[in-house]
Amino acid sequence: MSVTAKPAVAGPAARVTATPVVAGHQAAAFVVMLAVLIAAPFFVYPVFLMKALCFALFACAFNLLIGYVGLLSFGHAAFLGGAGYASAYAAKVWGFAPELAIVFGTLVAGALGVVIGALTIRSRGIYFANITLAFAQMIFFFSLQAKFTGGEDGIQAVPRGTLLGVLDLRQTYTMYFVVLAVFLLGFLVVYRAIHSPFGQVLKAIRENEPRAMSLGYRPEHYKLIAFVISATLSGTAGATKALVFQLASLTDVHWTMSGEVVLMTLLGGMGTVFGPVVGAFLVISLEHYLAQLGSWLTIVQGLIFVVCVLTFRRGVIGELGRLLRKPL
Amino acid sequence: MSTIFGIPTQALFGQLLIGLINGAFYAMLSLGLSVIFGLLNIINFAHGAQYMMGAFVAYFALQWAGLGYWPSLVIAPIVVGLFGVILERTMLKRLYHLDHLYGLLLTFGVALVVQGLFRNEFGSSGLPYAAPRQLSGGYNLGFMFLPTYRGWVVVFSLAVCLATWYVIERTKLGSYLRAATENPTLVQAFGINVPRMITLTYGFGVGLAALAGVLAAPIYQVNPLMGADLIIVVFAVVVIGGLGSIMGSIVTGFGLGVIEGFTKVFYPEASNTVIFVIMALVLLVRPSGLFGRTS
Repeated sequence: MSVTAKPAVAGPAARVTATPVVAGHQAAAFVVMLAVLIAAPFFVYPVFLMKALCFALFACAFNLLIGYVGLLSFGHAAFLGGAGYASAYAAKVWGFAPELAIVFGTLVAGALGVVIGALTIRSRGIYFANITLAFAQMIFFFSLQAKFTGGEDGIQAVPRGTLLGVLDLRQTYTMYFVVLAVFLLGFLVVYRAIHSPFGQVLKAIRENEPRAMSLGYRPEHYKLIAFVISATLSGTAGATKALVFQLASLTDVHWTMSGEVVLMTLLGGMGTVFGPVVGAFLVISLEHYLAQLGSWLTIVQGLIFVVCVLTFRRGVIGELGRLLRKPL
Repeated sequence: MSTIFGIPTQALFGQLLIGLINGAFYAMLSLGLSVIFGLLNIINFAHGAQYMMGAFVAYFALQWAGLGYWPSLVIAPIVVGLFGVILERTMLKRLYHLDHLYGLLLTFGVALVVQGLFRNEFGSSGLPYAAPRQLSGGYNLGFMFLPTYRGWVVVFSLAVCLATWYVIERTKLGSYLRAATENPTLVQAFGINVPRMITLTYGFGVGLAALAGVLAAPIYQVNPLMGADLIIVVFAVVVIGGLGSIMGSIVTGFGLGVIEGFTKVFYPEASNTVIFVIMALVLLVRPSGLFGRTS
């Protein structure tokens, strides 16, 4: 879809080419990230890392929309939480193997993304944020009332099972490396999407939609595809998270979760490749350390929002990239 | 007992009243959001927190200064409105040259901070706030019992909404406002201080939220999170009515409150979602909302 949708008349301005080779500094950054993530579980509590990785994938998926299409979705919790319920239910009640449960959750989120995306993609800016938020609330109330979600209790004691019949996921380290693999897969999908001709068109739409349209691209199609990819990968994150914690609950579908992923992406750096990952780790660490302080967590999160918006709009990685003069 | 469609009339009218009450709050809050959006082009995510602050100002006025409900109806909008003015002068002002989404994110952060601070101080349980003596009791209308205070809320908020509509659509001040919404640069060239107008408009919208908060205090109690979930529903109401439309906010606010009330009678399971479902349907037919102008 992405490449074949090229305009019939391909003048110089209309030709969209991908950067053919992976930029060196980004490859270096990737290797660093990979090394840190492989070594990390031997120094840091693995369950904490798994949580952070799930959110990192969630934030990367979210960043595809806000950073590269310029669409702020305030309803991404629907995909994270919806997929969580789907995979937890499939694993617990239908006895799906973990890999199938994750795939099932991902597909459910993708389907949700198609429906919500088709209804919302025509709106833009603040309208889009508002409307996605409202749809996510629909999913929230549905999850609250539907029988299979367990209401306030959620779906508890979800079995982690055995991956492909070989890897016993009850082992913490095994689970960790599976989560890492899932994260890397999602991360590379986003990276590929951004650096493909498709991604170039997305950026063109972000910068100047009428112009992209005048060149023969259909912005709505591109935006919808980006939305569905984003929703699907958010679903992968949610489905994996449900297996890690053996729990799918209302927290993941609540709108505060949508706000949290915005915070991660904003803090790490919108429109950067590594920003969402860094942002997710920072926010999850913050939650970890401020958890005992109750509502201070909310206050600190709010303050970070205010400070980021007022003075730090590039985020950590965005600022770092600016200092190094290389996009990260 | 008489019934309509197999539903006891008591229950039906009871829910109708609850719907009207909720509708009154939807209308006042979405009106404030619309006024702010019209001129500032931002969605004020802190609106729910400011509504909550209004209720708390009324509570403080009573606890600390012994000032009851009636003075609070004036004090709370002024105090919270001033908070809004300061917020606009110190923070929002810096964001006008950026994408409007930053305004949403900033006010979202402010809402988190404010709600967090209040929850830290007062917990999540509600603090009681009594309705004024003059409005206690109720009337037996024959087909239902009408508590005086609830009737007052519906009438008073309708009056406030219509007064706001009148000022914006029918007075000279309102014409400046509408002109500045259309083309701020040109209005400024005519010698009108647009930045000050923006500040005051934000303060006014915030004040409306605080006023709604005072009205709500005797009904829902004073609770740090009273605005947190309400505001999400109000966003949907605003989308249905059409962002920036004054009359649209009022009509859809009350209308959706009533529809929600009736849903509670006929199909309770859907009462939380009905507004969002309506929103989805409206968007399919009219993407800019029922009363919105096509952009």
